[in-house]
Amino acid sequence: MMTNPLALDRRTRTMMVIFGCLVLFSAIFIAAWLYGEQGQVTNLALRKLPPGWNQPFGTDWLGRDMFARTIKGLRISLEIGLAAASCSAIIALLLGLAAATMGRIIDVAVTWLCDVGMATPHLVLLILISFACGGGAKGVIIAVAASHWPALTRVIRAEVMQLRTSDYIKLSSRLGKSPAWIARHHLLPHVVPQFLVGLLLLFPHAILHAAGLTFLGFGMSPHTPEIGILLAESMRYLTTGMWWLAVAPGLALILSAMTFDVLGNNVRALLDPKTLRE
Amino acid sequence: MITQFLLVKIFRLILLIAAVATLSFLLVSSSPVNPVDAYVGTAMLRISQDQREIIAKRWGLDKPPVERFGRWAGQMATGNLGVSTIFNEPVLSVIGKRFVTSFWLMALAWSLSGALGFGLGLIAGAREDTLLDRGIRLYAYTMASTPTFWVGMILLMVFSVSLGWTPVCCAWPPGLSAEQATLWQRLHHLLLPAVTLSLIGIAQITLHTREKTIEALRSDYAVFARAQGESIIGIVFVRALRNVALPAVTLQFASLGELFGGAVLAEQVFAYPGLGRTTVEAGIRGDIPLLLGIVLFSTIFVFTGNFMADLIYHLVDPRLRKTAGAIS
Repeated sequence: MMTNPLALDRRTRTMMVIFGCLVLFSAIFIAAWLYGEQGQVTNLALRKLPPGWNQPFGTDWLGRDMFARTIKGLRISLEIGLAAASCSAIIALLLGLAAATMGRIIDVAVTWLCDVGMATPHLVLLILISFACGGGAKGVIIAVAASHWPALTRVIRAEVMQLRTSDYIKLSSRLGKSPAWIARHHLLPHVVPQFLVGLLLLFPHAILHAAGLTFLGFGMSPHTPEIGILLAESMRYLTTGMWWLAVAPGLALILSAMTFDVLGNNVRALLDPKTLRE
Repeated sequence: MITQFLLVKIFRLILLIAAVATLSFLLVSSSPVNPVDAYVGTAMLRISQDQREIIAKRWGLDKPPVERFGRWAGQMATGNLGVSTIFNEPVLSVIGKRFVTSFWLMALAWSLSGALGFGLGLIAGAREDTLLDRGIRLYAYTMASTPTFWVGMILLMVFSVSLGWTPVCCAWPPGLSAEQATLWQRLHHLLLPAVTLSLIGIAQITLHTREKTIEALRSDYAVFARAQGESIIGIVFVRALRNVALPAVTLQFASLGELFGGAVLAEQVFAYPGLGRTTVEAGIRGDIPLLLGIVLFSTIFVFTGNFMADLIYHLVDPRLRKTAGAIS
C-alpha cells in the first residue's frame, strides 16, 4: 500500500494544531501590548480610510486604526472567555461530581438545577444576570461565567455515573481498594480529559455570548475596544458604505472562536485512545 | 396514557415556572439599578424627591422584598404580570403584540433552517468524505462559530445598502401601521432577518443529520440493501429517511431557545419591532415587570418546544408507541 510521506498521524497533527493555537493567542496578547495606546488615539487626518497597506483593517470616523482596535478587542474577548470558561467548568466539575457521588437527593437537586438553568433562552438569561449585576464589564463576565455550566455538568455527571457502575470499578472495590484510591486511579483519568475538552469547548460559546451581550448594549463603556462594541458602533456607519468597520473585526472574532473549536476537538481526539492513532 | 403524560408535563411546567420566577425575582431585586432612576431617566433633574417617593410608593418599592415577591407571585398566579414602565401598558398585552410580530420571523426562519439543514445533512451524509461533504461541513462549523448579528450586518450591507433590494429596517414601511402594510410589504421586511436566522440555524441540524445518515448507512439494513444492489441515494431516501427524520424534528423543536436568542440579535440589527428588541429595551431601560414577564414567557416558549419534541417522539416512534406505559 502506498502511504503519503507527508501524512502525519493524529498525535503529531494535534500537537501541531495546539502549538499553532498557542502561537496565535500569544501573538494577540503581545500585539495588543505592543500597540499600547494606539487604538485609542484619534487622528483626524486619517479619518475613514479603507483598508490599505498602512492600515490593514482601515480606520474609523475618528481616524483610529481598526487593526489595533480589533487586536485589543480580541484580547478582551480572550480574557472574558478565559475567566468565564474556567468559572463555568469548575462549577460544572463540582456539581457533576457531587451529583454522581453524593446520593440520590443531591443528584435530583443538581439535575433540577441544570433543568432550571437551561429553561430560559440563553441570551435572555444573560440579559437578566447582567441586569442583576447592574451592567458594566463585571456584569458581562459574571453573566457569561455563571450561565455556561449546565451542559458540562450533565456530561461529567453521566460519565462518573457510568464509571461507578462499570465492572472494573466494582471489582476494584471488592478487592479492597479504598474509594480515594479508586477515585485517584480509575475515575480521575476519565474525568480529567472530559473536563479539559469541556473547558476548551466552552471558550467559543463564552466569547460569542460576551460579544452578543456587548453588541446589544449591555456592559462596557463605548470607549472600550471590545468586538461587540466595535460592531455595534459600526452599525451607525453601515449605510455610509464603511463596510470595513464591520467585516474585519467580525471575521477576527469568528476565527478565534473557530480556533478554540478546532483545538477542543483535536484535544478530544488525542485524549481518546480510540481515535488517537487515526 | 396520554392524559397521564400531559398531567406530568403540566406539573413539571408549573414547578419550573415557580423556580424560574423565584430565581429571576431574586436576581432583579439584587440589581443595583434603581427602578425609579431608570424610569425617570433624563428627566432626573426636574423631578423632586417627593415625586420620586410617590412613584416608589405606587410601585410598592417602600415594602420589603419578601412582601413584594409575595404580592407579585400572587398577582402572577391570577395571570396579572403588572404594567410595563416603558410602554405604560399591561405586560401581557405588550408581550402578546410583540410576539405576534416575532412569531412570523421565527416561524419562517425555523422552517427554512429545518428544511435546508435536513437536506444538506442528508446529502453530506450520503456523500461522506467527498468534496461536497467537506464543503457542507466547513460551512456548518463556520456558522456554529459566527455571531448571528454579524451575519445580519453583512446581509444588510450587501442586500439593503449596496443592492437596495431589501429595506434597511423595521417590520413594515415607516409611516404606516402594522395593519396598513400589505402582506407583500410585511414579507419584504421579514425576508432578510429570517434568512439571517436560518443561515445560522442550519449549522446544528445539518451536522446532526449528517451523523445520523452516516450511522444509518452503516447499519445492517443499509448494508443488506447495498448487497441487493440498491443505490446509496435510494437507500438514503427510501430506507434511512424515516430513521433520520425523527431525531432531526426533535432537535429542531428542542432548539427554540437558540431561535429566540438569535431573534433577539437579528431584531436588534434590523430594528425589527418584535419581542427580541423589546427584551433588550426592557433590560437596558430597567423595565423590571416587562423583563420578568419576558423571562417567564420565553421559559414557556422553550418548554413548549421540548414538549412538542417529546410528544412527536411518542406519537411517531413505533417502539415507544407500543410501550405506551413507558411514557414519562
